[in-house]
Amino acid sequence: MNTPLRRLAVVVAALFATLLASSTWVQFVVADDLRADQRNSRTLLRELGRERGPILVADEAAAVSEPVDDVFQYLRTYPDGPLYAHVTGAYSVVFGATGLELAMNDVLTGTADQLFYRRLSDLLTGQEPGGATVETTIDPAAQQAATDALGDQEGAVVAVDPGTGDVLALVSSPTYDPGELATHDRSEAVAARQALLDDEDRPLENRAISGRLYPPGSVFKLVTAAAALESGRYTEDSVVPGPAVLDLPQTTSTLPNVTGSACGPGDEVSLTDALRISCNTAFGAIGLDLGGDAIGAQAQDFGFGAELRIPQRVTPSTVPGGLNPPQTAQTAIGQFDVRVTPMHVAMVSAGIANGGVVMRPNLVRAVRGDDLEVIDEPEPRELGRAVSGDTAAALTRMMTTVVEDGTGTAAQISGIDVAGKSGTAQWAEGRDPHAWFTAFAPADAPQVAVAVVVEEGGDAGSEGSGGRTAAPIARQVIEAVVDR
Amino acid sequence: MTTVTARRPRTRRNVELALLLLALVVAMGGYGLVGVTQDGAWPPGLLGYGAGLAAIALALHLVVRFTAPYADPVLLPIATALNGLGLAMIHRLDTARSTDAAAFAPRQLVWSAIAVLLAAVVLVVLRDHRVLQRYTFTAMVTGLVLLLLPLVPFLGRRINGAQIWIGLGPLSFQPGEIAKIVLTVFFAGYLVTHRDSLALAGRSLVGFRLPRARDLGPILIAWLASLGVLVLERDLGTSLLFFGLFVAMLYVATERISWIALGLALFVGGAALAWSQFSHVQDRVRAWLDPYATDVYDAEVGGSFQLVQGLFGMADGGLTGTGLGAGRPDLVPFAESDFILAAFGEELGLVGLFALLMMYLVLVERGLRTAISVRDGFGTLLAGGLAFVVALQCFVVAGGVLRVIPLTGLTMPLLAYGGSSLLANWVIVGLLLRISDSARRPAPTRPRDETEPDTAMTQVVRTA
Repeated sequence: MNTPLRRLAVVVAALFATLLASSTWVQFVVADDLRADQRNSRTLLRELGRERGPILVADEAAAVSEPVDDVFQYLRTYPDGPLYAHVTGAYSVVFGATGLELAMNDVLTGTADQLFYRRLSDLLTGQEPGGATVETTIDPAAQQAATDALGDQEGAVVAVDPGTGDVLALVSSPTYDPGELATHDRSEAVAARQALLDDEDRPLENRAISGRLYPPGSVFKLVTAAAALESGRYTEDSVVPGPAVLDLPQTTSTLPNVTGSACGPGDEVSLTDALRISCNTAFGAIGLDLGGDAIGAQAQDFGFGAELRIPQRVTPSTVPGGLNPPQTAQTAIGQFDVRVTPMHVAMVSAGIANGGVVMRPNLVRAVRGDDLEVIDEPEPRELGRAVSGDTAAALTRMMTTVVEDGTGTAAQISGIDVAGKSGTAQWAEGRDPHAWFTAFAPADAPQVAVAVVVEEGGDAGSEGSGGRTAAPIARQVIEAVVDR
Repeated sequence: MTTVTARRPRTRRNVELALLLLALVVAMGGYGLVGVTQDGAWPPGLLGYGAGLAAIALALHLVVRFTAPYADPVLLPIATALNGLGLAMIHRLDTARSTDAAAFAPRQLVWSAIAVLLAAVVLVVLRDHRVLQRYTFTAMVTGLVLLLLPLVPFLGRRINGAQIWIGLGPLSFQPGEIAKIVLTVFFAGYLVTHRDSLALAGRSLVGFRLPRARDLGPILIAWLASLGVLVLERDLGTSLLFFGLFVAMLYVATERISWIALGLALFVGGAALAWSQFSHVQDRVRAWLDPYATDVYDAEVGGSFQLVQGLFGMADGGLTGTGLGAGRPDLVPFAESDFILAAFGEELGLVGLFALLMMYLVLVERGLRTAISVRDGFGTLLAGGLAFVVALQCFVVAGGVLRVIPLTGLTMPLLAYGGSSLLANWVIVGLLLRISDSARRPAPTRPRDETEPDTAMTQVVRTA
């Protein structure tokens, strides 16, 4: 029986050789792939073992790691969870990070290159390495005002400082509580996330900067007006055609005014009045006159199509190219295939408010170390000049008439000149239009530029419009920021 | 008359003692490093743990000295090292839990003491392994009952998908672990008496000797039993273990490859049939073939979460590991039992995993060597079967964790947490010590007659 036993010994050796080979495969050959797998929470856990830096809103923590007595050592908590959810995002041990938690992850965990010298000194002093603090530009009063004003209507509010690009408010409704995703109870986290994913109102979507883009409707007339003024062929006092219905070339279709009547006596209207009452036919005609390329170029000067990071990625807003005349007329009034983020509409207003120069929006004021020394403080950066100073001044005067005596009177604030523009965007057959309003104030020395979108007219439904539904929200945000 | 006195072979007990001290140093070092990594100091329980393990191992060493002086000197140190390292890792996993209530290491130490005591009892009571041959058919009945016990209603428990446990109040037990010893005894006893008819009878077909129909009975019974285990107890590992053991022992007894070919064909055919008929078998196979698919990974039942987490941990360990106490092996469900190998892979790296597998390989090859050198057929089959069953179990468990074969509910011998497994494997070590003692013991000298052999009327022929 010895021969088969010797063969059996060889078989056993072969079995073990298989194990040695397969463990080499797992631990050496494909190890990097397995380490990089999203579901391998060990990398995340190594970060968790270090204390993750807090995210601050005006010296108050919006996200902070609390020591807990479990395997993860620190639990990420969100004291004002739903209010800042779309600013901070969520840091989950099950699903990973989103929002600012993701975009600033290497700083928050303390692994960023700019923290190298601090890590070195931590190593030398034997101090437990921790993450850095991220201080945001959010103005809590503006954030709260925007959240309260929007209420449970679906939509988004963005407020920026026109001079610096600082994001003062970033609200997307409905919102969620990031703490529910950050819980260390895996089944609770999974259930919470599934409920949010199943919610047809899509609370996880950040409508302000990403999510599904919106047609801008009449707020896009600001871009068309800018293109007209920049072309040199128009001034704010130019008289343009404003019939009740604009015949579109090459087709039998027409572009009507919402009111069904002409915009002025003799089917004519000044450019300023056309913007004030949001005359569709006038801007359609200007669009046909300027051509689709000129509008597209002007939109590009305002930053359409640009990749922006605040540091979260902002989905680029788009104006289609290669338009035929009817499409050009539709595009000029913000319909057809123009798609924007509320962030970008705020940037258009901010660019006009800032004398024509569009600043890059930015959510991070500073990165600070343990003893609050500043490690990094992003400088305001220009995205580019959209229009000349003269054009910006003219647009400001035109937008002021909108709030004084036009479609945006609901945004009036006593003692402050507000410049604004409403929009009511058709987006699907049989659905109520989205209500838009964008504004900045004070008109002579702007401190804040706002964009508001309320989906499907909000609570007002088919009765909703930009001037009626969105303008009061913009007003409340401006009131929260502008000091009187 | 000139007599040549053969030099008595050395007992090698001092070699065993030296290796044993080395094993204790390794095991205690592992236990201590957990504390050094996590708290920066030797853990307070180190002395108690070390003293406990040393007392257990040295007590068994003394028993071996007196009852099996010629036993293989490598078996006991390797078993002690594996048991001790397992204890260190179980303690390390305890530290990852916030509550002390669920500490596994102290319980494992108690089980180790009981298991080693049982091994000592084997050595003291069983002075000659051939006695076991008398209980061949008792062993068969006991083995089959143990194997099928988890299927008894109210007694059987399904843990982690596999129904290979029985529960009595708070205690749960894996009867399959004991069954593998009892059935090895039965196979050895049965095959040693029937090997000739199994080996020689039957027609030859193209150089391939086909067994007679009536000789097929036992292999068919073993095949049906193993398929029953696969389908009813939902565990491929147990099924593969017993059928593989039977086929291997059949081959050793008969020296005929045809039995292996027949056995493999039967097993593959049966497994394929089970796969096509039963959804839980399909789940297991799917979790093996396609573990990274999201729906398989997230599946509540029959998913691959545990397997993939184990692979993640081992990948994270890489070549040299994170260091004991510095990884996250606690993320893998059942890390202290089914997936203790993944925990070692993560914290000791590929190097540590190789070292562990080599220790198992040495243990098994020493067992097979014992089988070759022992003088009686029953002892050969018993030692060979016991050594092979340990090897096969290592392969089935490690292969499952490393995704070579579908995952099973078995655990690494001696290393993993679990009372039944420890008891069974220490008894195997005890039996191998006993058989290796008789293999290396000098042949008993015949009582010398006064008369010269040539002139004696009769001669006593001793059968070995």
